[in-house]
Amino acid sequence: MIEANSGRSVRRSFKPFAAVLLLAAGGLLQGCGLSDAPVLFPKGPIALAERDLLFTAFAIMMIVAIPAIVLTLFFAWRYRKRKNGAVYTPEWDGSWVVEAVVWLVPGAIVVVLGTLVWTRTHEFDPYKPIVSDKPAFRVQAVALDWKWLFVYPELGIASVNELAFPADRPLSIEITSDTVMNSLMIPALGGQIYAMAGMRSELNLLADGPGVFTGRNTMYSGDGFSDQHFKAHALDENDFTAWKEKVAASPDVLDAKTYLELHKQSVANPVTYYSSTEAKLFEIILRKYAPIMGPYESEAAELICRGAA
Amino acid sequence: MLGRLTMDALPFYSWVAMGGAGVTVLGGIAVFLLITYLRAWKVLWTDWLTSVDHKKIGIMYVVLSLVMLVRGFVDALMMRAQQAVSLNSEGYLPPEHFEQIFSSHGTIMIFFVAMPFLTGLINIVVPQQIGARDVAFPFLNSVSLWLTASGAGLVLVSLVVGKFSQAGWTGYPPYSGIEYSPGVGVDYWLWALITSGVGSTLAGINFIVTIFKNRCPGMSFMRMPMFTWTALCASILIAFAFPGLTVVAGQLVLDRTLGFHFFTNGDGGNMMMFANLLWIWGHPEVYILILPAFGIYSEVVATFSRKRLFGYTSLVYATACIALLSFTVWLHHFFTMGSSSNVNAIFGIATMIIAVPTGVKIFDWLFTLYRGRIEFHPAMVFTIGFMVTFVIGGVTGVLLALPPADYLMHNSTFLVAHFHNMLIPGALFGYFAGLNYWFPKAFGFKLDVKWGMRSFWFWFIGFYLAFMPLYVLGFMGMSRRMEHYADPTWQPYLIVAALGALCVLCGIVCIAVQLYVSAKKWGSARDITGDPWNGRTLEWATSSPPAAYNFAVLPQVEDIDAFHDMKIQGVAYKVPDHYEDIVMPKSSWLGPILGGLAFVLGFAMVWYIWWLAALCLVLSLVCVGIRSFDDECDYILPADEVERIEKARLEQITPADLHDMRDFLPVGPASGEILPGRA
Amino acid sequence: MTDTAMASDLLEEEEKKSLLSREFGFWVYLMTDAIIFALLFATYVVLSKNSAAGPTSKDVFDLRHTAGETALLLISSLTFGMATIAMARGLSGRVIMWLVVTALLGVGFLAMEMMEFHGMIAKGAGPDVSGFLSAFFTLVGTHGLHVTFGTLGILVMIVQIPLKGLTPPVRSRLLRLGLFWHFLDIVWIGIFSVVYLPGVM
Repeated sequence: MIEANSGRSVRRSFKPFAAVLLLAAGGLLQGCGLSDAPVLFPKGPIALAERDLLFTAFAIMMIVAIPAIVLTLFFAWRYRKRKNGAVYTPEWDGSWVVEAVVWLVPGAIVVVLGTLVWTRTHEFDPYKPIVSDKPAFRVQAVALDWKWLFVYPELGIASVNELAFPADRPLSIEITSDTVMNSLMIPALGGQIYAMAGMRSELNLLADGPGVFTGRNTMYSGDGFSDQHFKAHALDENDFTAWKEKVAASPDVLDAKTYLELHKQSVANPVTYYSSTEAKLFEIILRKYAPIMGPYESEAAELICRGAA
Repeated sequence: MLGRLTMDALPFYSWVAMGGAGVTVLGGIAVFLLITYLRAWKVLWTDWLTSVDHKKIGIMYVVLSLVMLVRGFVDALMMRAQQAVSLNSEGYLPPEHFEQIFSSHGTIMIFFVAMPFLTGLINIVVPQQIGARDVAFPFLNSVSLWLTASGAGLVLVSLVVGKFSQAGWTGYPPYSGIEYSPGVGVDYWLWALITSGVGSTLAGINFIVTIFKNRCPGMSFMRMPMFTWTALCASILIAFAFPGLTVVAGQLVLDRTLGFHFFTNGDGGNMMMFANLLWIWGHPEVYILILPAFGIYSEVVATFSRKRLFGYTSLVYATACIALLSFTVWLHHFFTMGSSSNVNAIFGIATMIIAVPTGVKIFDWLFTLYRGRIEFHPAMVFTIGFMVTFVIGGVTGVLLALPPADYLMHNSTFLVAHFHNMLIPGALFGYFAGLNYWFPKAFGFKLDVKWGMRSFWFWFIGFYLAFMPLYVLGFMGMSRRMEHYADPTWQPYLIVAALGALCVLCGIVCIAVQLYVSAKKWGSARDITGDPWNGRTLEWATSSPPAAYNFAVLPQVEDIDAFHDMKIQGVAYKVPDHYEDIVMPKSSWLGPILGGLAFVLGFAMVWYIWWLAALCLVLSLVCVGIRSFDDECDYILPADEVERIEKARLEQITPADLHDMRDFLPVGPASGEILPGRA
Repeated sequence: MTDTAMASDLLEEEEKKSLLSREFGFWVYLMTDAIIFALLFATYVVLSKNSAAGPTSKDVFDLRHTAGETALLLISSLTFGMATIAMARGLSGRVIMWLVVTALLGVGFLAMEMMEFHGMIAKGAGPDVSGFLSAFFTLVGTHGLHVTFGTLGILVMIVQIPLKGLTPPVRSRLLRLGLFWHFLDIVWIGIFSVVYLPGVM
């Protein structure tokens, strides 16, 4: 009777306590500026799944981590040296039961986590196209010192340090570098992949809806590295059309010569739009560092490959 | 004549550079004057620099490490200060300086703090733990020390002449290639790595042979103390991994100096190969740093719990497992390079498997505490601090081992927080525990406990303050190595992290004060028995500091806790029937000379002074040739002399100095021959 | 008198122990060296097709020349073996003779290698041309550097034996040098079958 009562009262007192705890946590997150933390509060299904995996694995590991920490502190306190101390067994140096538990429980956890790793790694392969009823929006990203060039092959336009895409279509980015190793990441949408000269890597992302997200190079690349970030705009249909028209109206054209200019080092390059680009610009940049050289397919290709190489 | 070395190499171009150079030069002059003032040059040269005694070499390693710790920590403090103030501004450091600082911080902490610290502790302790008189190759030991020191010298000189690398401590090409980093910085980094790396390889070989060949009678492998086991595993890792570092650094030198194309953009280079080769060395290196610390924790936890170590066999197998597995996980350092899902998943799972033996170790230490009689000596407190904090680092490590999660956290401050979580509470706390634990063995007096505890608390709290915010910043999308940033929500965290760094600074000051205070009251804290903590392993059987030969008579071992067993049996401190002559290695000036030549060789290669490099190479070969002709590198310490030393020692010990062993056995006798009333 | 005799006995005993350690240590050293070569082989395999704008392996390798080098090195291993046999019999004159032959063969190998390198660089196939050539020169060059040090070691032994006689330390040194020399032979067989043979196939 008493037990049942006390149980109820515990439960009763727990409810407001939990509410307060939640509120406090929310307030804490707000106060600490964490409510915008892109990794904790992602804005796309890929990033969300990656974060959930992080949380799941964290929770599973607490099965071992919490007892380890608590027992360490508890044993250290309980068996401290004092007059009339706790039980003391100086010769006790092994127990098969304990050994079995400490090998098998972490082992079992690793089996669980390992299964999770295997399935999730395949599921969230950045190269894997995202299943959607709408076709993916293709963008080609080129890492330069110290800015990002985005080429839109479907539209024949390009932009520097700004990425825009229709919010309702998956985003499929082909990545390379025309300088040192870089890494492209838009944390609110999902993980990153390296950009390497002469090599093509790929990142498939999806946004929940329209929004503006920060993207950046995460791989240290020199003096202008700190400023090598950009805004990624996921736009609804009207806004995206407006953006397209804005870019198409730009007087700048990304031909081979302009590209060589752009290729030079610059820090915090302003957002630039190009109403048209050199044909197959991305392929030419890839070819610049390809192991086997040969005749160039066009004058522009020769200029780009020779100009800075 | 001087290659590309001109007056421009001197740091008159900026106040920050001049400041660094000034401190380095003034520090050098101060040390020079101090030694001259003390008229200590001759003693220093004959008793220390040319010594091949493993204990003295070990002490010199640790001194080198502590000096470099200060240098590396100043770098850390400068970085934290910069990031605390550089919201939307340049802060006080231009990118060029900031980049040199984070590059030298990582390089120094790994190669010139952690490596010499652990090598020094192994040197001081392992031969005594296995009942040996010295390492297998005492002269080679001296060469290893001086090669490491010459690498450290190159890093220090780069502050004064030229610049240090701006490519980070991992120096990924093509950024570290000649096209994108044309200066001398990367070359300084490479030659520092190569010279100290060769030194480490030789040290590793030396310890392997020592542990295999020099164990005293009865010391089977499964009776070796845990620290010796971890030293053996770490040495095997060194011997397997460091050649990889030599290869990859050598290839980058060829790329930079002779225009080779290993890692260049284009012309058939492959930068991904650098990442692979570097981490084939780099991941085992993590365990090279941490396994000896695990060994120290094992010794400390048993001694200060006044219990046998729980699960010795389990710990041995766990250590061996970790050593073996450490070679199978290097790819987790670059999941984001675009490998296939199969490859990423396999390396992710392999990484997690390492967590199992590591977890086992934590629990074995935990159950050593269980039903013990714990004394909170600084060494023990560092150990408990480690056990609590290291678990957090292990958890974040497993998180990073999940490839999809790593895509989010890679290159972020979360990663920075994770590996500092492994290396500060994991490795460095262990070395500090070792310092507090074995200091009396090396110097004959105990370290001050009060200041030791203070240093622990500052380090412990400072660590949490400095690195927990970095975990959070990782979630907020902050990349590592940013000189400035635009997100105002990051700044509060960075300020807390800077306060944490200040707290750690207090911890370092406390260690300095601890050393000073202890040295001052040397007389009252003397360790007469050579066994200040009622230790369990053989190193406590020698005097403190030990005689040059360690053991007058090689001990006979019957148990894992060999010395503890001797004390209980009542055979410790027993005067032998007679003393014998002992063969000892002679000092040699070739060690420091070879180190000096390596330093000049590296310097010449950095600045393209070819004739000087060639000269150094030839002179080094001549030195090796001279050594190969020397068949009289040993001398005999006569039995009378040994007897005199041993008698002087045993006469000082009174029964009151000995530990009461009755606690350990229900009816056990007290220890020692000279105890009255012994059963 | 007896004291000195006892002392020299003790020294000898310690020396014996120390030499055994040295031999074991030398094996461990060889293992670290083997890792260096293993990684250089791996690098070569990765880069062997990356000849960029430069010549490919078919353009630059000449199997007949390589066969000559191989013959010299293999025979030198044999002659070193003869030196070791002579040492076991305690014939120091023979040992020196065979060592001289080995050193000459080693120098011959090095001369052929230098010719090969020189010819390649003259033809525009130097190590700075492509990743493939960088890897080739580094792997083969590192082996050549080892042979150079080995030859220097043989020269030192040729001086030491008449000066010191076949004392235990000298024997031990010769034994270790022999290990080194045969090890280089094995590495060369690796180079022949990983670099040259597939290179012309």
